[in-house]
Amino acid sequence: MAETVGNLCRKMHGGEGFDTLTLDLFSRAPSPAPCSYSKPAKRPRVDGAVTMGKDEDRQNPFDFLSEEILFLILDRLESEPLSKKSFSLVCRSFYTAESCHRRELTPLRSGLLPAALARYPSVEKVDLSLCPTVTDTVLFSVGNCLRSSLRSIDLSRSKGFSHAGIESVVENCANLVEMNLSNATDLSDAAAAAIGRARNLERLWLARCKLVTDMGIGCIAVGCQKLKLLCLKWCLGISDLGVALVAVKCKQLRNLNLSFTLVTGAGLEVVLQLPYLEDLALVGCLCIDDGSLLSLKHECKSLQVLNLSNSQPINHAGLSSLLNITVGLRQLNMAYCCMVTHSLTSSFRKLAKLQSVKLDGCEVTTAGLKTIANACVSLTELSLRKCSGVTDDGLSSIVMKNKGLTNLDITCCGNITDLSLANITSSCTSLITLQMESCTLVSKEGFRLIGQHCHLLEHLDLTDNELDDEGLKAFSGCHKLSILKIGICLKISDEGLIHIAKNCPKLRELDLYRSAGVKDAGIRAIAHGCPQLQITNLAYCTWITDASLRALSKCSDLNTLEIRGCPQVSSAGVIAIAVGCPKLTKLDIKKCYYVNDAAMLILARFSRNLHQINLSYCSITNVGLLALASVGCLQNMTILHLKGLTPNGLAAALLACGGLTKVKLNSSFKPLIPRPLLEHVEERGCVFQWIDKPFQVPFSSLVQETCT
Amino acid sequence: MDLKLRKPPETSSRASSTMVNDISKNLKPDMPFIQFDSSSLGYSVGQDRSMSEVSPQVVNQSHCFYAPERETKIKNHLGPSSVIDWNPRLMLSNLSFLEQKIHQVQDIVRSIISQEDHVVDRGNELAAQQQLVTADLTYIIIQLISTAGTLLPNIKNTLLSTDPAVGQPSSAMGMNTNLSSCGGQKPIEILPPEVAKSSEYDELMKDFDACVGEGDELIKCLNNAGAELSESMPIDDHDAKDYDDGMDGENLPPGSYEVLQLEKEEILAPHTHFCLICGKGFKRDANLRMHMRGHGDEYKTPAALAKPSKEASSEPPIIRRYSCPFVGCKRNKEHKKFQPLKTILCVKNHYKRSHCDKSYTCCRCKTKKFSVIADLKTHEKHCGRDKWICSCGTTFSRKDKLFGHVALFQGHTPAIPMDDAKVSGAPDQVQASESTNGMAEHTGFNFTGNTPNDAQSLDIKGADDCQGYFSPMNFDACNFMGLDEFPRSVYEVSESPFSFLSTGSFSFIQRHGEN
Repeated sequence: MAETVGNLCRKMHGGEGFDTLTLDLFSRAPSPAPCSYSKPAKRPRVDGAVTMGKDEDRQNPFDFLSEEILFLILDRLESEPLSKKSFSLVCRSFYTAESCHRRELTPLRSGLLPAALARYPSVEKVDLSLCPTVTDTVLFSVGNCLRSSLRSIDLSRSKGFSHAGIESVVENCANLVEMNLSNATDLSDAAAAAIGRARNLERLWLARCKLVTDMGIGCIAVGCQKLKLLCLKWCLGISDLGVALVAVKCKQLRNLNLSFTLVTGAGLEVVLQLPYLEDLALVGCLCIDDGSLLSLKHECKSLQVLNLSNSQPINHAGLSSLLNITVGLRQLNMAYCCMVTHSLTSSFRKLAKLQSVKLDGCEVTTAGLKTIANACVSLTELSLRKCSGVTDDGLSSIVMKNKGLTNLDITCCGNITDLSLANITSSCTSLITLQMESCTLVSKEGFRLIGQHCHLLEHLDLTDNELDDEGLKAFSGCHKLSILKIGICLKISDEGLIHIAKNCPKLRELDLYRSAGVKDAGIRAIAHGCPQLQITNLAYCTWITDASLRALSKCSDLNTLEIRGCPQVSSAGVIAIAVGCPKLTKLDIKKCYYVNDAAMLILARFSRNLHQINLSYCSITNVGLLALASVGCLQNMTILHLKGLTPNGLAAALLACGGLTKVKLNSSFKPLIPRPLLEHVEERGCVFQWIDKPFQVPFSSLVQETCT
Repeated sequence: MDLKLRKPPETSSRASSTMVNDISKNLKPDMPFIQFDSSSLGYSVGQDRSMSEVSPQVVNQSHCFYAPERETKIKNHLGPSSVIDWNPRLMLSNLSFLEQKIHQVQDIVRSIISQEDHVVDRGNELAAQQQLVTADLTYIIIQLISTAGTLLPNIKNTLLSTDPAVGQPSSAMGMNTNLSSCGGQKPIEILPPEVAKSSEYDELMKDFDACVGEGDELIKCLNNAGAELSESMPIDDHDAKDYDDGMDGENLPPGSYEVLQLEKEEILAPHTHFCLICGKGFKRDANLRMHMRGHGDEYKTPAALAKPSKEASSEPPIIRRYSCPFVGCKRNKEHKKFQPLKTILCVKNHYKRSHCDKSYTCCRCKTKKFSVIADLKTHEKHCGRDKWICSCGTTFSRKDKLFGHVALFQGHTPAIPMDDAKVSGAPDQVQASESTNGMAEHTGFNFTGNTPNDAQSLDIKGADDCQGYFSPMNFDACNFMGLDEFPRSVYEVSESPFSFLSTGSFSFIQRHGEN
């Protein structure tokens, strides 16, 4: 307990803005642990300084801190859940303050929810997306405990509840504003009718609620007239009638998602008459065709964001008719839509406010791109990801006109060369995001230009390119770089990484997947130079050893680490990570043959936030797996080809690990594990994937052994 | 062949046997078909394409008794009439198909001739070939007649003006004669009495009194406006609403017609025709004339029994329209935007619907009320089938109607039944199954009819189904397509046409004997 208080005080001293509070309270209150006072009742407001009672009072000094101050402290801790936990353990008043302060609850398992709800009475948002099963009983207790304080509930990844549960939540929580019921594939119209009684609902997600029909959505439309956001993605039971009724009744709608529904032009016409509609998604609406778009008359001036991706039946005639009536458009997504030609893009001329164009996966002509260049001059975002037919000529014409471009995605545009790069870098110097994976014709000189000109870059993806150390050195000017993906760049080495480490202190994500030239020295430099590192992928960087991991363990924010196929890594390295990185949530140590139970024991002890782990081919036995099973957060496990694992051990681990949602297992285990046990685990919400891959001989490790 | 097999399966044995016998005695061998055809066509109002689609059905059931030599005659006779057809393409395809068929028969006959020369003991094969020829010829005849049948509604419009020879007697007899006249030339001499006396049995055919004619007004109306025939025909039919509302499209300039206004009592009177001798009231003029026969022989003469509207066709027609006696009604002649009513029947229905109490309550749902009994019957057909319910309790038979209602009224919600999992899916399923039923019926007909190549199988089927001459399927398809909104099961429909046809023919034959 003292340790946690010490922790708190350290935070306060070191933290931002609490320098005035000097809490040299340890000496006077040697044992603050069991609070001697039952209830601090109402305390006088203390302004900044702490007035101390006399020693004989034997009062807990923390009790003198007013709630306001405690709340201010808690506000500062908002982004650090672990510190909040420590805070609440200081004393009873801190505990109470933390209980009252908490607004959001994200339980891992719904079973403990009633207790948690009793502790946190003023929670506004309950996120149950981590609970695979949420029964009606749980929803009853949510409704009963939180009453009108509840404003948002997320059930998007949960199963097991019915319309009765939703009804109780809606009945009890009059202030409910937000509801996410996506993926509730067995919810019927009765549930929709229940939702319809939530009068104050403003945001509702019903993605993949396939059983909800027009009748259900009709109830929602009539009942929830304050709706501003509605997502009906994949609601195949809903037709034009339901959509039209929504558009007639919910006049406040700003954001509507009709992707993958059966809505046709008739429904769309009514939707476009919504007075405040800003964001409309029509992804994969195959029932909307050119003919129906041609008859659209009513102008929809409010619309700003339009997503038409995957709408094959729409061609340039229909599109230009649609764009004619949506002149206020700022963002247009036409990914995987139709061929981008001159006639198609000429309708962009009317869109004076257009800022973002996404043409992912479209077939593009140079003429089409040039028309875009002529039509749009204020683009900030352009995505030509996986477009075929992008040429230097077309791309250059756009980037020359749109000097304000900040986000550019030219992934897999295989035809562009250094010429494009020269034009991009010379005109768009304010680029923040540049994604250009697999632009194979661009030479190493081209990449140097990027670093030399675009100093504002924050997100750079150069995977699978001709990048070399000189190119990396050129990025010395990009001090804001936070995401750097340089996987499959076989020409880079430690030297380049050292330059990055020196100049990019804000790096949060580094991807070195299969960049085989990287060794310990580079990683050590990165770990030292980029202390904010959160995500690192070192998969198949075969030269990596424990030394790299020991260095990375200094990055205390690290939450995702992939060291798949690094055969020189051993338990010692993993232990260092486990101890040094308490926020670790995802770990992939597949084919790290020397990682054994020792690492698992330590991992289970320290990495209490671990959500996902891949242990295939490691030297882990029943002991290690059972230890790991004690990690309460663990949801996703891949356990293939563990030599020391027996069916009994696996069964015990599965049983012990209550929060599992997905487990990949070797199919040879299937008959060996008792059927009832598997059924029980599945009932808890776990999905088994039985993989039938043969064991691969760790050839590379043999090679390594002979080399060293 | 065996005439006995042709008797309709559901008629009373006495009636049918007399009928069949009489037919066989009194009529030429080719007559029964013509008679049957014309009378069956006579009440198939508003029928167009469905006839031709369905007609081959007749083939396999009735082919057995046609003399082969008639085919060319009929063809010659009917050939020119296709010129004035409204769908010449269909007609042409039918005719060319027939031509093909005739060539086929020719080939078979030729092969028979060649075989006769040198083959002695191939009796079986010969019989089979003869059967084949018979089947083919029958098919051709039926096809021809049905092709001609598609023309009927058009002919009856044009005949009045274009063909004086046919038009004169037919206009005297009313539309039935017109229809029958196109079946062939000979029947005209025989058919008029039958049709003229058809009014005798019209009490018996409540559902299909459409073509018999209610009284003078209606006949006049029919003669005046042939095109509107189909609208105004089903007098007491359940779908009466359609033609009441249907005339808003008419745009007669004011003054071009004579406006009549009946008094309220007149409109609501149950009977409009009264016997001058005993005072008994009748709804229809024809019924009165039938009744008059009981008062003495002078009322039995053809002149007394004929419809008293002969001269109407020779004079230039006076267009007559009606006004509702209710002042302030849009249908009242004082109204600024006066819209006249077309017939007396329209007046009656309009007045009852708009200005009378709704005294007929549906006994099933106990909520819906009607002032016209036909409306109640229409409703009873659908009552209980309304699956789409609003929170206010209003029910709808169609989802879009419900959504229109919900969109219009503040606070109304679509009501979801408690066991919604079942019900929400159910209506669609019901509709789907209904439509597939319908589909199955139609495709079934086409299939059996339109496979000219397997004449053998047709023949066999025909032999089996000889009694299916009046098969319920046949009637369902031929006669109810235009009238009946909802696909019903075959057996439900079959009853009324059967009783009608048998009794109709029966009474005709009786009268024939009397005279």
